[in-house]
Amino acid sequence: MHLLPAHTKIAALLCFVLVVVATPAQATWAFAVYAALLVVAVRASGVPFGYMGRRMVVEVPFVLFAVLMPFVAAGPRVHWGPLSLSEPGLLGARGLLVKGTLGVVASLLLASTTEPSDVVAGLDRLRLPHQLVEIMSFMVRYLEVVTGELARMKVARESRGFRPRSLGSWPVLASTAGALFIRSYERGERIHLAMVSRGYTGRLPVAHPLSASVAQWRLAATVPAAALVTFLVAVSR
Amino acid sequence: MTDPVLDVRGLAYAYPDGHQALFGVDLHVHHGERVALLGPNGAGKTTLVLHLNGILTPGAGTVEVSGLPVRPENLREVRRRVGVVFQDPDDQLFMPTVRADVEFGPANLGLRGAELERRVVSSLERVGMSDYVDRPPHHLSFGQRRRVAVATVLAMEPEILVLDEPSSNLDPASRRELADIIRSLDVTVLMVTHDLPYAYELCPRSVVLSDGVVVADGPTREVLVDDALMKAHRLELPFGFDPRTVPAP
Repeated sequence: MHLLPAHTKIAALLCFVLVVVATPAQATWAFAVYAALLVVAVRASGVPFGYMGRRMVVEVPFVLFAVLMPFVAAGPRVHWGPLSLSEPGLLGARGLLVKGTLGVVASLLLASTTEPSDVVAGLDRLRLPHQLVEIMSFMVRYLEVVTGELARMKVARESRGFRPRSLGSWPVLASTAGALFIRSYERGERIHLAMVSRGYTGRLPVAHPLSASVAQWRLAATVPAAALVTFLVAVSR
Repeated sequence: MTDPVLDVRGLAYAYPDGHQALFGVDLHVHHGERVALLGPNGAGKTTLVLHLNGILTPGAGTVEVSGLPVRPENLREVRRRVGVVFQDPDDQLFMPTVRADVEFGPANLGLRGAELERRVVSSLERVGMSDYVDRPPHHLSFGQRRRVAVATVLAMEPEILVLDEPSSNLDPASRRELADIIRSLDVTVLMVTHDLPYAYELCPRSVVLSDGVVVADGPTREVLVDDALMKAHRLELPFGFDPRTVPAP
């Protein structure tokens, strides 16, 4: 799976997630099939399950929201021990959790089998507007430079005895953010100069257009196609 | 002598805010020369460099590169001929991998396929970075990034290489490695620097720019031993370095 061209994987992910989201929440067995498909895909990719598990923490905010839903939603209520829960809230929470988890696992699978720069190249191949693609590619490239700068500013602050403990330290943090913004902006200008000096005219050249064979597309389509069949059976019943 | 690779005549420039940086600069660099451009901070060195590939447009005077005037209609060819390596390699290396970065210039010139690959391979080889072709630039050491930055410009097969402070922030070993690379390149070099021993080591000729005019132009050793000139233009030899006692490079 690591070897599939990025754009086939992105397309497959998008189709899979659309199918999952479109599936009615009552079709429990369909979600079980989707989950099974993902397990098979993860196993085939060779990405360790533990590695995927650790990265699942990105889902935590959604889980919290889902847990709150039964308490705050309106509608008929069921009583469970000392708790009074909303029935539609419970259903909604279940749907959110299940669909969210499937989406997160599928996205993590893409992220763990594809280099960030390849994801960007794949999006470009899928005709995402090139300005957006360029912004993303610069973000991927400069994230470490900017976080490195931020870390150095933090060290410099603390070396002079600064301890952020109260509201009083907020102005200092705000001016750090301001300084970081100015530095990044100036860096942006210098990068632009360097680009123009090497013949940039407003569009990054695509030196190696991505291409995928029919077999590769077919392989990438396996999971979303199986999911689509499941979906069609689920809605026709 | 043949036509100069770089021919700057009477170049004057004022920034839009009114600050005048250059007051009639004349500079000629011939094929195969390595010339150091020296001068204190604020002398106008960077402003001059930005004229050489047409980023800035002269207020007065002309710039020609191998006989081609730097004008808007020639910019593409001018930028191929003049390769500028900027001071901070993080500004120069903006693509996700070393390969993509080295490809950027020649791909902008329209090269693709085998010829593009040949440029990438040969320019990385010339700076000794062939093993890093698929690495992201931010995983390289500072010295390695500087060398890749040189390769990104070599890939355009320039007629003159302009290096802005090539030795800044390098440890002594990286500094020497870069010197070896610069010496091994068969290309005309204009090197902007504050590092006077480095200028002496690499460039037989030096030009001193001060307050927007050329105040000296001659063999590097003669420039560096002219105490009155050095003092008048805030140039100082580092402690312990005396070109009179150092053997000629």
